[in-house]
Amino acid sequence: MKLVGKGIAKIDAMPIATGKPVYTEDLAYQDALVVKVLRSPHAFARIKAIDTSKAEKLAGVECVLTYQDVPKVRFTLAGQSYPEPSPYDRLILEDLVRYVGDEVAIVAAIDEKTALKAIKLIKVEYELLEPVLDFEQAIGHSSVIHPEADLHCNFDIGLDKEQNIVSSYKLEAGDVEAELQQCAVVVEGTYYTQAQAHAMMETYRAFSYLDHAGRLVLISSTQIPFHVRRKLARSLQIPASKIRVIKPRIGGGFGGKQTVAVEPFVAAVTLKTGKPALLVYDRKETFTATTSRHAMRLKVRLGADQDGFIQVVDIEGLSDTGAYGEHASTVFSVVGDKTLPLYNKTKAVRFMGNVVYTNKLPAGAFRGYGATQGTFALEATVNKLAAKLQIDPTELRMKNLIKQGETCLTYGGKILGSSALDRCIETGKKMIGWSEKYPRRELDNHKVRAVGMAVTMQGSGIAGIDTASAEIRLNDDGNYTLLIGSTDMGTGSDTILSQMAAETLDTDMEHMIVHAADTDVSPYDPGSYASSTTYVTGMAVVKAAEDLRQQMLTQAARFLEADPQELVFDGTLFQTGDGLRSLTLVKLAELLVLGLGNKQLVGQATYGSPVSPPPFIAGFAEVEVDQETGQVSVLDFVAVADCGTVVNPNLARIQVEGGIVQGIGLALYEDVRYDEKGTLQTNTFMQYKIPTRKDIGTIRVAFEESYEPTGPFGAKSIGEVVVNTPAPAIVNAIYHATGVMLDSLPVTPEKLYRKMQDRPIRQEMEHE
Amino acid sequence: MRISVTINDKMVHLDVEFDEFLADALRKHGFFSIRKGCDTSCCGLCTVWVDGRPTLSCSVLAFRVDGKTITTIEGVQQEAEQFAQILAAEGAEQCGFCSPGFIMTVLAMKKELTQPTEEQIIHYLTGNLCRCTGYMGQLRAVKMYLGGTA
Repeated sequence: MKLVGKGIAKIDAMPIATGKPVYTEDLAYQDALVVKVLRSPHAFARIKAIDTSKAEKLAGVECVLTYQDVPKVRFTLAGQSYPEPSPYDRLILEDLVRYVGDEVAIVAAIDEKTALKAIKLIKVEYELLEPVLDFEQAIGHSSVIHPEADLHCNFDIGLDKEQNIVSSYKLEAGDVEAELQQCAVVVEGTYYTQAQAHAMMETYRAFSYLDHAGRLVLISSTQIPFHVRRKLARSLQIPASKIRVIKPRIGGGFGGKQTVAVEPFVAAVTLKTGKPALLVYDRKETFTATTSRHAMRLKVRLGADQDGFIQVVDIEGLSDTGAYGEHASTVFSVVGDKTLPLYNKTKAVRFMGNVVYTNKLPAGAFRGYGATQGTFALEATVNKLAAKLQIDPTELRMKNLIKQGETCLTYGGKILGSSALDRCIETGKKMIGWSEKYPRRELDNHKVRAVGMAVTMQGSGIAGIDTASAEIRLNDDGNYTLLIGSTDMGTGSDTILSQMAAETLDTDMEHMIVHAADTDVSPYDPGSYASSTTYVTGMAVVKAAEDLRQQMLTQAARFLEADPQELVFDGTLFQTGDGLRSLTLVKLAELLVLGLGNKQLVGQATYGSPVSPPPFIAGFAEVEVDQETGQVSVLDFVAVADCGTVVNPNLARIQVEGGIVQGIGLALYEDVRYDEKGTLQTNTFMQYKIPTRKDIGTIRVAFEESYEPTGPFGAKSIGEVVVNTPAPAIVNAIYHATGVMLDSLPVTPEKLYRKMQDRPIRQEMEHE
Repeated sequence: MRISVTINDKMVHLDVEFDEFLADALRKHGFFSIRKGCDTSCCGLCTVWVDGRPTLSCSVLAFRVDGKTITTIEGVQQEAEQFAQILAAEGAEQCGFCSPGFIMTVLAMKKELTQPTEEQIIHYLTGNLCRCTGYMGQLRAVKMYLGGTA
């Protein structure tokens, strides 16, 4: 192959790297109104009165909106295909505020200073309600967070609003309790994972205006332009045909921008005033009032026989969705969906539990989407089993893991189409030096080094639900235009999809123009999330390119008066088999597009996959623990990935390296703390530490390719699976170093030190 | 108030508010490479040079640079492109939002340090956060740029 498999630089690399104005804020009109949001200082309160008169009188204020000014139609901000499985539990503004940071009023003014001054002039009288701040106390709490009668969900997800339960879920195969009785060894653990922040470098922002036809246009830093259009239509009660959403370059997403954040507020201002408006969240708002990873408590029980064959996997979970239910049920189900298939010698498996509302920052979609939490809990317990049986953790995996061509209890008879996870483990062991370093080595200065490992799987797109379309035009000059609706957020997906299209049409990157994403122009795509773009949109692109290629052959055959079957096309020239007649692509394009009675060719395809083939990773950590302070340093992290065919090795490698570091942040640094009144304290990079380049040691990545039969050129996904292994692998290495098994993230030095001293850990540390 | 500064070799007079930060003043005057990522002087996105030294423009009041020389990435495009090409070949610009600030720090480091060790490189660049790349690709690119092997 000429292009697939090549580490081509991103087509947008130079402009974005050298500071060209291609992001949302750069594209806003200089005279756009500045929008600011007044937020609730209380975790749970009813607005008794709100006086905006002083703010409205301030010179330069163009508009002040409160709950009285917005439609009373509930919606969800979750970026999911319609009908969404997230509850419609929001209004743009409401007289009930459900967390510290919830929106109370929207102000638009001629400049930022005026808008901020106006915010201070709004007087709000609150009736304070008892908040639910501990998610383990949410069920049956005297406060009901969503008492509204018009709360609605498109599916039965087990919503029980009186109990603060947004979703209940159970996936079971076999008789877990009976099989556990038969097991020679049973180990269990209860784990807590925190509400990690995405912390993408470009905070949430959108710019809106009315175009020449009076339609509402949004330029938005979003992963989901088509979902944004649908949600704006519902929340603002205007026809979807009156809305256009354009995604420019985005400064990172990580799933955060799969949940709508700022768009309804800025759109409401433009609709009200008729004027262009810009809303840019600062970092504090981004931490405080958008979404995070779902914090969870996961209790795992594993049963095995004497030889270490895992017979039973049982996971019981409780997930904290915060004040609103975006992605609540689906993130939760993924905990089980992406863990239970890993070990398939089982006789019974179960995943069950509840997702609850609390009066805290709403949770949403975040890279890994439940698999991250599930992997931590399952893999930590598998490592516990290895310790109990005194089996090398890598050998325990090799014994139990699902292999290509096999099935598992939750697959309903389907078989795993591709896996190189066994090779990933072997390669990773060699790279980290497992046989020399396992389990630990004492250094003389109170420091000890050890290795640990974990494996994981994710999906590639959402099987049976998410469907992408792609179109490729043959232009008048013989170039192609690829139209897609997926949303490159820095990953390089526009480049990767161009590589696939160009490969299929035997052309090079210079002749492939790619355009994405604009709801007025692009074919439908749910957006880039659920590890879907390379796999799902990629397949649509390949099929569209094949469609166009076939049409071109048919048309070339017509002009050459030949049979399409006997034509050979090398990317620039159509030739008959005997080589006597030929037609250039440029000439064909000219004949088809220019002049009378012709037809411009457009290849088109819509693709949704019935399966979501898992990519796999084996992750290995080497850590150094200072036994005097509890300080953990990751010296080396090796990740070996099976993402099927690697379409662009450079971009795939960066995805892995970046995901591993985000996972190291989850494991060691990214602590989430609230005060007793429910105010998020970790709301700047001063309090919420994401890894710097000093905090990560060395990250090394390798690929063990498999060939996924359902994927484009054999490819699977890579975007999410990368974040899952650091936490369990590091915790495993810490166990090998210290004998302490940690069960809550992040592993702060204080937490580890106290455990090493066997001192009781304070309640809030255990649970946050 | 009015200040006189040399921005990218051109003397300009800017009207700035007394409480306006340099980052905002520069964006207002069309230097869109300046981005803000944190509000707490943590992320390095807004890095420009003030009299040749890498400086967080989000944390310097605009009137403080009166009479000084400011360099943004728009003023060193040739050098920036030279490094950006190496960065892009590694795929390590990713979302690109932190790249201008990062590149300004890398270019300053090249001027300031002679044959820095890996440890010195990492130390010099620590104030430039990146959430996409995991830093390794950036390090490979920097080492290549400085003439070593990655």
